[in-house]
Amino acid sequence: MAKRTIIPFGPQHPVLPEPIHLDLVLEDETVVEAIPQIGYIHRGLEKLVEKNEWPEMVYIIERVCGICSFGHGWGYCKSVEGNLGVEVPPRAEYLRTIWHELGRIHSHLLWLGLLADGFGFESLFMHTWRLRETILDIFEETTGGRIIFSVCKVGGLRKDVSNETLDKIVVRLRGLEKELKELTEVFLDDVSVKNRLVGVGALTKEEATSLGAVGPVARGSGVSNDVRQDGHGAYGELDFEPCLEEGGDCYARCKVRIRELFQSIGLIAQAVSKIPDGEIAVEIKGTHPAGEFVGRMEQPRGEAYYYSKGSGQKFLERIRVRTPTNANIPALVKTLAGSDLADVPMLVLTIDPCISCTER
Amino acid sequence: MKTMASITKSPWIIHYDGSSCNGCDIEVLACLTPMYDVERFGIINTGNPKHADIFLVTGSVNEQNIPVVKQIYNQMPNPKVVVAIGICATSGGIFRDCYNIIGGIDKVIPVDVYVPGCAARPEAIIDGVVKGLGVLAEKQAALAKGIADPTVSGAYRYENGTYDGDGTFLPEEEGDTVIAAAEPQSTDDENGLRVKPAMTEEQEVDD
Repeated sequence: MAKRTIIPFGPQHPVLPEPIHLDLVLEDETVVEAIPQIGYIHRGLEKLVEKNEWPEMVYIIERVCGICSFGHGWGYCKSVEGNLGVEVPPRAEYLRTIWHELGRIHSHLLWLGLLADGFGFESLFMHTWRLRETILDIFEETTGGRIIFSVCKVGGLRKDVSNETLDKIVVRLRGLEKELKELTEVFLDDVSVKNRLVGVGALTKEEATSLGAVGPVARGSGVSNDVRQDGHGAYGELDFEPCLEEGGDCYARCKVRIRELFQSIGLIAQAVSKIPDGEIAVEIKGTHPAGEFVGRMEQPRGEAYYYSKGSGQKFLERIRVRTPTNANIPALVKTLAGSDLADVPMLVLTIDPCISCTER
Repeated sequence: MKTMASITKSPWIIHYDGSSCNGCDIEVLACLTPMYDVERFGIINTGNPKHADIFLVTGSVNEQNIPVVKQIYNQMPNPKVVVAIGICATSGGIFRDCYNIIGGIDKVIPVDVYVPGCAARPEAIIDGVVKGLGVLAEKQAALAKGIADPTVSGAYRYENGTYDGDGTFLPEEEGDTVIAAAEPQSTDDENGLRVKPAMTEEQEVDD
């Protein structure tokens, strides 16, 4: 038996903007086992539900993660709305869908940039993030914030967006689409990029199912698990198919996310063409959540769920958020075993880890 | 010390995420990309603390990341500047009531510049780094004069502070006797916490 060595990876590591620690057990250059250790950014924000009234709690849940913050806010609102039995006006549902899909484009572009940086293609990273700024500009013009928006509230939205602005957004996204086609060809066709991605960290369909992988990690292995298909928000009235790939390797996961970029642009265009006029919020007065409800969402990284339990008081009893990275860590540990040490950054990146979500 | 002047022209930064929600982290990264492009000022992001001049910290501190933050800080060469990015790094922000949040980064290491905001905008981050350059220049001047331990603009080496009973860091204050930092002046107590060394008679006479 070859000599075993343990190499620590993280918490401060050049490829990761966030701290996660892995103990990599090596035999020569091959990883035999990876032991993850988390907890560097645990804040304990679920407990804040005891100090903040349920309408205020949305600001804290939005800050579970700064990348998919709109989605988290929506997920919480959905859970409390279900608890209260409130019907949200259709215009609000459409606008929420549009913002959520914009968030998906921004998150996937961010990830593609980090991936490019991870395999050492710095100019590709710069170009990806240059295109991402288009989305952030749209966010800033429509909500006022680049990262954290606080436009979602229980019962609807705080801000409306005029139909003219929505049309202009679609025009800008079509412009972005052309640039994205050029850019994503590099990810999918460039030989040096393919060398780093094809065949690396393959996860079979059975493994993905049994390890409970979610989101693009599962879809890259051919598991169809897109929560948007349950028709929440405006998704029920929009026409789309989940993006599935069969490979299960880093390349397949990358391809799923690239296809979802174009899918999201299509979804936004569809939503803008169908958006009804009307109210954007319903007033909720005098009632407090008194039951249990689970709201499920498809975040850019996969399925997230939001459990809320109320007791008829202005403070909820419990909030529980399960985020996609949490579900994908077993799949990561599985793919790390048997990989080369030099591929570890790629494998960690292709699950699109969001440690802030995981630890909350 | 002439060669040191180049640092203010091209400071290298290192970034660590304390317990931030990612919002400030991606804005720090966004500063490096074509829209804001801090590289035109010669600012480069590095992963190695020994290459870095400016330490950008996002998010607040908790028990688990205190040693990490301190290790990065201590590995950075003098003169060095710490910039706290975002309201969490400044005071704990929206998470200040969480059970696992101790508070702003200044509870652990001396901070020179605070950049508030949730999330801090890239323009504000760049502004904070530029302000940090001023502090860096002051510290360099102090170094060039031969002052071994630059404590300009309220910055103290963390070794020269003390911990009170519950682990809160108390930086050295005006009026405290500053001991030349040529040799490590502090010792560890049985809990591994830094304690201020007892004064010897000789040192008191010197001061």
